[in-house]
Amino acid sequence: MRIPILKLHNYLLISIQIDLDDQTAIQFQEDLLSKIHKSGATGVVIDLTSVEIIDSFIAKVLGDVVTMSDLMGARVVLTGIQPAVAMTLIDLGIHLQDVPTALNLEQGLIKLRQEMED
Amino acid sequence: MDFKSCVHIRQEWDIVGARQLGRDKAKELGFGTVDQARIATAISELARNIYLYAGTGKICFETIEDLEHKGLEIIAKDEGPGIRDISQVMEDGYSTSGGLGAGLPGVKRLMDHFDIISTHGEGTEIRTSKWVR
Ligand SMILES: Nc1ncnc2c1ncn2[C@@H]1O[C@H](COP(=O)(O)OP(=O)(O)OP(=O)(O)O)[C@@H](O)[C@H]1O
Ligand SMILES: [Mg+2]
Repeated sequence: MRIPILKLHNYLLISIQIDLDDQTAIQFQEDLLSKIHKSGATGVVIDLTSVEIIDSFIAKVLGDVVTMSDLMGARVVLTGIQPAVAMTLIDLGIHLQDVPTALNLEQGLIKLRQEMED
Repeated sequence: MDFKSCVHIRQEWDIVGARQLGRDKAKELGFGTVDQARIATAISELARNIYLYAGTGKICFETIEDLEHKGLEIIAKDEGPGIRDISQVMEDGYSTSGGLGAGLPGVKRLMDHFDIISTHGEGTEIRTSKWVR
């Protein structure tokens, strides 16, 4: 299974709509980095509205994606994290402190634009 | 639903299967959405540990009951290498696989009750349960 990555101007948009297994998560990490490289995108929004579970492995993959994309020069914003998912992440002791987040896709795009201005 | 049902963990995809079945059971028992997510996450952690460290094993579900409550017990059992120092693996951040080391201490916080029995060289059994509020 592969997660589609859409390009919009300088941005890449991803909406994760499936229950992520480990292999799909790793594949997504690779696909996104190579897409950033090829497209020269400067911003990425990963929308998690439909994601019902984030365990320690997926949290690590997402955190790594943010760090790696940053190294390549693209800012990543995670959007739409469900309340139940936010609560389980805290129970797991995962705070995603350095990861930019926003309420929804639209806010995510606004946040990216702001971050790029300063 | 008071009979015991189990999911065998043999391949990576079984991790997803186990947590989906666990979530269904939690829903059936009347757990709210946040507790359903907590239970599914706990199962995912336990199933992945079996897959990563023991290779194969199983996750079983059992309904538990006392006078006023119902709950769900999850039993994760494998015949892998076992855990030498249990207090060490319960520390946040301890991992032998480059993971976050959030799994086991996380499961303990996600659930109401948590118990490990492990014999080095023989395997590991983790029992953890949660009551419907
Ligand atoms: N079923 C098991 N059999 C043998 N060793 C185990 C088992 N489960 C966990 N361990 C050991 O306990 C350590 C801690 O497990 P824990 O799930 O807390 O963290 P992790 O799996 O290393 O990382 P994370 O779960 O955050 O991705 C593991 O690194 C492993 O050495
Ligand atoms: Mg683990």
